[in-house]
Amino acid sequence: MSIQVEDISKAFGPKVVLDGISLEVNEGETVAIIGASGVGKSVLLKTIVGLLEPDRGRVVVDGEVVTELTRDELYRLRRRVGYVFQFAALFDSMTVEENLRMGLKRMRELDEGERAARVEEALRLVELEGYGQQMPGQLSGGQRKRVGLARAVALKPKYLLYDEPTTGLDPVTTAVIDHLILKMDQELGVTSVVVTHDMTSAYRVADRIAMLYDGRIRTVGTPAEVQATEDPIVRGFIEGRPELMQESVA
Amino acid sequence: MNGAWSAPIAWTGRSALETAAGFGRFGRFLAGAGKAVGNTGTWSRQLLVQMARIGVSSLPIALFIAAFTGVVLALQASYTFTGAVPLYFVGVLVAKTMLLELGPVLTGLALAGRVGANIAAEIGTMRVTEQIDALETLAYDPMAYLVVPRVMAGVLMFPLVVAFANAMGIGAGWLTSINLLDLSTPEFIRGLRLYFLPFDVTYSLIKAASFGFAVTSIGCFFGYETRGGAEAVGRSTTQSVVLASMLILVLDAFWAMTLLN
Repeated sequence: MSIQVEDISKAFGPKVVLDGISLEVNEGETVAIIGASGVGKSVLLKTIVGLLEPDRGRVVVDGEVVTELTRDELYRLRRRVGYVFQFAALFDSMTVEENLRMGLKRMRELDEGERAARVEEALRLVELEGYGQQMPGQLSGGQRKRVGLARAVALKPKYLLYDEPTTGLDPVTTAVIDHLILKMDQELGVTSVVVTHDMTSAYRVADRIAMLYDGRIRTVGTPAEVQATEDPIVRGFIEGRPELMQESVA
Repeated sequence: MNGAWSAPIAWTGRSALETAAGFGRFGRFLAGAGKAVGNTGTWSRQLLVQMARIGVSSLPIALFIAAFTGVVLALQASYTFTGAVPLYFVGVLVAKTMLLELGPVLTGLALAGRVGANIAAEIGTMRVTEQIDALETLAYDPMAYLVVPRVMAGVLMFPLVVAFANAMGIGAGWLTSINLLDLSTPEFIRGLRLYFLPFDVTYSLIKAASFGFAVTSIGCFFGYETRGGAEAVGRSTTQSVVLASMLILVLDAFWAMTLLN
């Protein structure tokens, strides 16, 4: 099973953000979606998990058409999809452990011992053992992101969606998060979509990279293929040379 | 010239449309919350927490306001009645005014600030920090988890808080009467009983429940609709308090017209 995005369009008022996007993420694969800020990367990710409804097109996750599911069916699907938010989105009135337990409480098939084991295992995976009783406000930015990842991983999802997992982090913490993303793929065998505008991260974690530009997919390819592209828009973005993009538009 | 004339008309039209759209969104929001009531597994665990936060924690401010209102009512009644009306009518005025008007309305207005602002700011912050989206991705219906327990707690706890406030106001009026006025306890109680109707209590509690619904549902709505950052949270909070206060006064008049007329 995989993630299929088929001809998705989404507008907010007069502003068309996504304009006929199609993309397939194969099982076990990690696809990085790159693009400038405000280009619609997070909108695409939220559409995949059903947080936003597209104006046109459909999304298929794990064989289920997200855009056609009832609310209960969507909630059942989301137990198989972990979502890591840009700023972690931890519940700030709860401890780290309570944050991790939130999703597990919905899984009635688990008993208390299994839930505790899942929490422990998820914290171990993100290398935050012993942080269970800390409040989110006591954590650094990098630690918060790791807790956000642990909360998603505790559900043992088949799919992991990362929204800008390394934004605002220093290079060392960025490398730690990238390492964790790779570890999730290797140890849990998840299918991942990583939204980022950090090219170092994208090259490090992705099997394929898709660039979003002007509401459409501009290019899709392996990191090597993307790096070798002659497309001035893509080159301008990955090399951080806006003049190339401007010349091309002109 | 044309532009100068058309601008106010356009502004009026736009404001009217925005207001109508706002009512529509609020109606849809309430319908969504109503549908989420069936999801008892999600909201039932939150209900007690919210009842404590909305009700128990609001008692000190409600009792403080009621105590001083009772004192002032007794003194003003005595000042007005001197020489013309028997002084035991102080009891009548304190009880009737506390039960029918000042107990529920002053408590409602105070809680519109305390509870309504708190709810709008909390849910608004959860919205702008994507915590509501996080609830969705963890398979929680945010309406059932956030909105239903708060509105239910408001409807259940506002009458309780108002009941205590009424008792405090009348008690403070009695203490003032026997200590500062030339009135004995039996005289105060005589006045208290003179025009007392059990319906007065029911009326007070009905009003309180409706104020509880107004304050919590408006707080939840503005919090839920927040988009943007810290400034938007502040705006939602202010709007929630202003609108809830206005609605309390409208409901106050509505209940007077329907139940006392």
